[in-house]
Amino acid sequence: MVKVDGSGGQSSLIQVRDLDKTYSRGGQPIDVLQGLNLDVSQGEFVAFMGPSGSGKTTLLNLLGGLDVPTRGSITVAGDEITHMSSSKLTEWRARHVGFIFQMYNLIPVLTAYQNVELPLLLTKLSKAERRAHVETVLSIVGLADRMHHFPRQLSGGQEQRVTIARAIVSDPTFLLCDEPTGDLDRKSADEVMALLEELVATHHKTVLMVTHDPLVAARAQTTLHLEKGVLVEGKKYSGEIAAGGGA
Amino acid sequence: MKFTRIIWANLLRKKVRLLLTIGSFAVALFLFIFLGVVRDAFNRGADVASANRLIVINRTSIINSIPLSYRDKILRIPGVQCVTHNNWFGGTYIEEKNFFVQLIIDPENQRQVYPEFIVPDNQWNVFVKDRIGAIAGAKLADRFHWKVGDRIPIKNPMYDNKSDAWEFNLDGIYHGKEPKDDESQFWFQWDYLEERVTPGFKGQIGWYVLRVGNPDDAPRVAKAIDAEFANSPYETKTEAESAFAAGFVKQFGNIQALILSIGTVVFFTLLLVTGNTMAISVRERTPELAVFKAIGYSDLTILFFVLSESLAVAVFGGALGLAFSALVIPVVAKVLNGLLPAIVLSRTVLLFGLALALFTGILSGIIPGLGAMRLRVVNALRRV
Repeated sequence: MVKVDGSGGQSSLIQVRDLDKTYSRGGQPIDVLQGLNLDVSQGEFVAFMGPSGSGKTTLLNLLGGLDVPTRGSITVAGDEITHMSSSKLTEWRARHVGFIFQMYNLIPVLTAYQNVELPLLLTKLSKAERRAHVETVLSIVGLADRMHHFPRQLSGGQEQRVTIARAIVSDPTFLLCDEPTGDLDRKSADEVMALLEELVATHHKTVLMVTHDPLVAARAQTTLHLEKGVLVEGKKYSGEIAAGGGA
Repeated sequence: MKFTRIIWANLLRKKVRLLLTIGSFAVALFLFIFLGVVRDAFNRGADVASANRLIVINRTSIINSIPLSYRDKILRIPGVQCVTHNNWFGGTYIEEKNFFVQLIIDPENQRQVYPEFIVPDNQWNVFVKDRIGAIAGAKLADRFHWKVGDRIPIKNPMYDNKSDAWEFNLDGIYHGKEPKDDESQFWFQWDYLEERVTPGFKGQIGWYVLRVGNPDDAPRVAKAIDAEFANSPYETKTEAESAFAAGFVKQFGNIQALILSIGTVVFFTLLLVTGNTMAISVRERTPELAVFKAIGYSDLTILFFVLSESLAVAVFGGALGLAFSALVIPVVAKVLNGLLPAIVLSRTVLLFGLALALFTGILSGIIPGLGAMRLRVVNALRRV
């Protein structure tokens, strides 16, 4: 269930209420988000669309605890994150959020295995347990045979799959994807989207994704548009996909 | 440690830059240690000075002599245990570049006043009986490959107006009780000097060295000696051996201030080289640091990463600098033997160098580290 009118119940995994975000640029206040409401249940795959500067990434940053709102509240799995201290937010992110960025943002001096292991180094898992987790997720993303390769030795699609593996290795509450296919060719983008769909369908992950690409957005269960600082429900793009020959 | 691999991987990210930084660090630290060793060498006279030894010189200047006849009067002052006297000879061994300290000593009392210089009894007994005998320090003998029994010619026309050399029999070699003791002096007998000098020099000594029974008596004894010879043609100035040594060093100029100022420049160079490398390294990695923070690494962990890297540079550079110092300084000491006071790389200087390296490592990483710590993830990710 995804709602944007603030009518969602306590059962929602993510609850956003009256969210405002105002930036100051050159001394002028710019209202990016204004009274935004959102409810997302567990296992949903939501795409956010909107023109450049509409506040998609800002919303993602707020949901991921990377930024703080000017007003309003965000509650994830019962935790109200908008009033958490910086250090609490850091801990919260480690437990609850998996980030997937457009530019992959892998650490170039670490292998795929070591990149995926990064979130687990913050846990109390033993080395053997970490290895088991890393190998499992690298198998899920189809890169078990590339685990000792450095990012420069991987293709863009493979790098993004490593990023997805890193995002899911600690079994976070939800995944935030900022243009996950923005730097990929169509074939690689397809593979990445198939992987995200599989994570939702098979592993019941909740995925919130920002994209410019309608074909990519169409792979999500719900598409929301950001217009004038608030979210507007969109429609499923399945018909368009069929007409366009598939994503 | 779980994070070792991350720190190590980041450290080795730019190998050439890392090697150059470590190299610069090592060279700067070596220079700093070398300055410390030179400073120590100049201060050694004061360091090794005995608390119960006093030096009596002519009030006008150390180059003015005082009469030998003062010895008995000094001995009569309460608190004085024994007295010996020395003269500066200043001759030339073969050629002028072979400079070393030549002292004319009073064999009767030298060993009582300077017990830290050890001469085997059999050698000393031969020396006492040999009017043209000489004793050399172990380092001096080593420098010129002298051995007991060698004949050593030293030219010095100042004392006897003759151009022929003063010939000495090397009767013994002394060693210091401790490594810091000066083993580069050459001693010969007062009687030999007295026999050859022109009448104007006869009965004149350079300075007295005396021991007092109790160091607490030293100020009173010094005052009493100077009072004894006040208003005489040869007024005296008596001071503790450490003050005398410090005053002697001052004749070279303000060595301490010179070394301190060069050392400060070297230290800041060290700091800037490492700090600059760390600042560039952190700046290059801004988006990566943002990713670390986004996935849950705390600000303190980020600071720890940066400090660990700068500390690692300091440890490797420091170890290289210390190893280089340990290898090179003894060689330099050998080459300079006699030209400067004994150069010794002491444990204190080594530990100070190590402490300086670690301190620099932390200090150079702290500003880039704090910058990385305060990095806002949202802003940093926009730089990708």
